[in-house]
Order: sequence, then C-alpha cells, then structure tokens
Amino acid sequence: MDWYPLYNSLRIAAVSTVLIFFLGLFAAYYVAKLPRLVKGILDVILTLPLVLPPTVVGYFLLRLMGPKRVLGIWFLDTFGIKLTMVWYSAIFASAVVAFPLMYRTARGAFESFDPDLAYAAQTLGRSNTWIFWRVRLPYCRQGIIAGTVLAFARALGEYGATSMIAGYTPGRTATISTTVYQLWRTGDDVSAYRWVMVNIVISAVVLLTVNMLERKDRRPKKRAVPAPEEVL
Amino acid sequence: MSLLVDIEKDFGPFHLKVAFETSGGTLGLLGASGCGKSMTLKCIAGIVTPDRGRIVLDGRTLFDREQKIDLPPQKRRVGYLFQNYALFPNMTVEQNILTGMDRSLSKAERQKRLSEILDRLFLTGLGRRRPSQLSGGQQQRVALARILASEPDVLLMDEPLSALDSYLKWQVELELMDVLDQFHGPTLFVTHSRDEVYHFCSNVCVLEGGRSQPMEPVDVLFRAPATLSACLLSGCKNISRARPAGPASVEALDWGVTLDCGTALPERLSHIGVRAHFLRPSRTAEGPNAIPCKVLRVIDNVFSMVIMVATPGGDQSFSRLRLELAKDTWAALGDPQTLYLSVAPKDVLLLQDPK
Repeated sequence: MDWYPLYNSLRIAAVSTVLIFFLGLFAAYYVAKLPRLVKGILDVILTLPLVLPPTVVGYFLLRLMGPKRVLGIWFLDTFGIKLTMVWYSAIFASAVVAFPLMYRTARGAFESFDPDLAYAAQTLGRSNTWIFWRVRLPYCRQGIIAGTVLAFARALGEYGATSMIAGYTPGRTATISTTVYQLWRTGDDVSAYRWVMVNIVISAVVLLTVNMLERKDRRPKKRAVPAPEEVL
Repeated sequence: MSLLVDIEKDFGPFHLKVAFETSGGTLGLLGASGCGKSMTLKCIAGIVTPDRGRIVLDGRTLFDREQKIDLPPQKRRVGYLFQNYALFPNMTVEQNILTGMDRSLSKAERQKRLSEILDRLFLTGLGRRRPSQLSGGQQQRVALARILASEPDVLLMDEPLSALDSYLKWQVELELMDVLDQFHGPTLFVTHSRDEVYHFCSNVCVLEGGRSQPMEPVDVLFRAPATLSACLLSGCKNISRARPAGPASVEALDWGVTLDCGTALPERLSHIGVRAHFLRPSRTAEGPNAIPCKVLRVIDNVFSMVIMVATPGGDQSFSRLRLELAKDTWAALGDPQTLYLSVAPKDVLLLQDPK
C-alpha cells in the first residue's frame, strides 16, 4: 500500500494547524477588543468559511491564486513558484476552511478570561506581551488546545476546496480524502476501505482528545478549604 | 508620602466625580455597591482613563488631562489588591510573588527577598503550591506578598475582606492590619462595611452615586455624620425626613413628632437620625424628646432584644423605630405594649443634602 496520501495529509494538516494556531489566536485576541460594530462584521467574515460550502472557498481561492490571477501571476513572476496544483496548495484550502474552528474556540476561551488577572499583572509592571503568553494563554489553554485539535482534524479531512485547488495527482497532491474519492471512482473497494478505516481511526482519536479536554475543563474548580489553624 | 486624586469620568447614566487628598495613613472609601469605589481605584491604577482631572502620587504626576500625562499601569507603582486577589492560577506561590519583583536585581537577591517575604507573611513552606490549593486567607497573604514584593508607593485595597467566610475574617483582618501598619505610603481601603472602616482607617471619604463627599476623620463619621448616605453607611437605622420647626428644634416628618436638638440647624437640613442605643425607653413620658410608641414586634437576638415600635407617624417603613436592649433591661420594663422613647437633644443627628 502506498502511504503517500497519509504522509501528504499529515504535513498539510500540520502546516495549516501551525498557521491557524497563530492567526486564530491573534484574530481572537484583537477582535475581542474592537468596537461592537466592527467586531460584528469581522466576526461574520472570519466565521464564514465554517458555513460556506468548501467548493465556494475553493472557487474564491482559485480566483485569487490561479495561474492567471493577481496573486498567482505575482508569485510566479517574483519567486517562480506555482500556487495551484502542487502539494502545498492544499495548505491554503485547509487553513481557510479550518481557521474559524480555532478562531471561535479561542475567542470563547478569551471571553471567559478574568480581566483582573491582566490588570494585576499590569500593576506589577509586566508588559502586555508577557501577560498574553504567561497568563492569558495558560489560563485559556484548554479551550485553545481543543480549538487546535479541532482545526487539525478539519484540516486533515478537507476535501472540497483541496480537490479544486490542488487536484488529485497520485504521489504528488493526493491526500487521504481525495484518494478515497478516486478509489471509489475507479471501483477499488479494498483500498478504499483501508483508507476509510485510517480516516475513522484518526478522527476518533481526535474526538476522544477533545472530549477528554472538555471533561477536564468541566471538573468543578477545587474550592479553597481553610486550614485548621486559620479557622481557630 | 501623599496622594491627590481629583477626577471625573462619564459613563452615560453614571457620572464619577471623586476628589480627595491623603498624606499617608489609611483612607477609607465607603459606599454602597455600585457607587464607583472600585472604579476610582481602577482610575488611580491606570486601568481606566478618566475624562478630566489629575492624579498625583508623591509629587509624581500619574495622570493629568491638561498636561496630557497618562502613565501606563506598569509605571505607576501602585499595589492593587483585587477583591478576588487575582492570583495567577497557572503559577506557584513563588512564581506569583516573583512576578512583581524588580527584574534588575540579581537572581540571588531576588531569592533572598522572596524567602524574606514568604517568612513575613507566614507563607514559608507553601511556596510550591498553586493558588487553588490554598485557603482564602492564605490566598490573600500571597496577593499581599506579591504586591509588597513589587515595592509600590501606594496600596489600593478593593474590599479585601469580602471574599472571606465570616469565621476567617477576624484572623485575616488582624494580619492585614499588621501589613498596613508596616507600610509607609498611603493606603486606600475600599469597603461597604462600617466595621472595617472603623478598624482600619483614620480618615474616610463617603461615595454616593459616583460622587465623593468631603473627607473626614472616622470618628466624625460615627459621631456626627453630615449626610443621609453617611449616616446610613455608619449603621444608623432610625432615619426620618425632617424640616426646621424652630431655631433649635426639628419636625420629624416620618415619626410625627417635633424634637429639640439643642443646637442651630444646618442650612440644607433634609433628615434626622437617631442611633438605636441612644433611645432610652421608659413606661412614662420622662426626659426630653419623649416619643410615645406602640410595640410592633419583639425579636429575640442571641445576646439582646430588638424591639420594633410604631411612632405617632405610623407603623410603616421609616415611621418605625428600631431599639436594641439588653435582655434583662427589656425584662425589667415588663414587656409593655406601649412605651416612651426619649432621646437627648445632642444625640439627634442632623443630616443635610450633599451639595
């Protein structure tokens, strides 16, 4: 069995998850600070890829990055690289489609953050960057990890936009999801089942991880019990 | 060491206008919830920016609208004790305390100061714990240690005792008193509790609806509160609307009587108050200002009796008087249905509208 689709899917998902992690965090952090109207509009735009059909996302990406489109021409002229129909094209597709999952979960986590913690750190002389990485992120880490894992899973399973922008070339742009479609189309049920099983195992592991994180989150906060010497 | 605050901020329906100056010692900011106490502290700390005014700490201008000075919280050197202490839950006690320490010090020096401060606040041995593993009192000591390690010029205490169970409060209160006694800069102590003001503060500033009233010594607040809100906050429960009835007498509108108050009336007299323990009960009309009353209800307290009585003004809300007596005093009166309450002219609190 040729394991290239698994390898390709994993590297695409990994690179997109790294991108999404940082972009999602900063979008979540800064959007929360904006005035209400701007926040509402940006929120809709940033969440749209979650509800749009992936083919629509793929269409937009092709209009932007295709070989005869603005970005496509510029990248080809400047760096001599193609943006479509290569393995990393799928990174754009899965990053856009999976971004809202990270953005929304991170935003929810940030909203539950106690602002007094940030104020306390400020009065203690700490910079906002320090506060972000050392107080805010650790405080919200469960939500952020859950968002990252969900985004990774979504990126791994991306099909629609990927097939439009990266196509299916065995050994080059093939991912698990495009391979399953191709195997079904050519009637190779045995191989198709194998890839289906691989897909189910990966997704199950991801969901288990998310559930475990959520359970940890829901566990009631330990109430401070007074030491006996303080009661007396 | 002095702190001058004179600020204003508009929040739409709520308008904050606070002014006071303190030169060391503990100044209480006393007010009901939602009166702008915490907001005042946030303005001083630089978390909230006022619309107008200035804040000067020890000759150092922290904020001045006109000179366009607005130091960030990091540069203000204020020690802010939050109501829930705001300890970083992901860090140990030691890490929490080190957060505020001067980073230009050598590592050895910081460790030395850390162990000194742990020792001073009875936290030795708890350094590796996380805040969630500590009791409420210990959490407060960590928060204080963290503030003191940052060597602030002023302490801002935001209802420091309100998050504690009542049986812990007394012990924590004593420890907090020690810390405040050893601190050399001014301290602002925000609270809604008259007992805490009485225990901790030398001066007090009453806040009502976002406005500060003139600062006064604590004993004046309790002996002769100037306004209705100050009187209520000082714990007086017997209040009546009032209007002048003579050069030294007032008509208590809610109680339906005219009382001799023995002194000239203030200009904007609006209410009078009488503390429960200044009301003297008797079976017959004797003494000055005897108010004929009907007993409405007798409440048996742990160590005393609380008696609610109706005045000639009626038996609803402010027309009632509340009287607290030792159990044997009440028994000696013979559980009467009617009685006279008299109050000495000097014990009638004359309250005026704030400007």
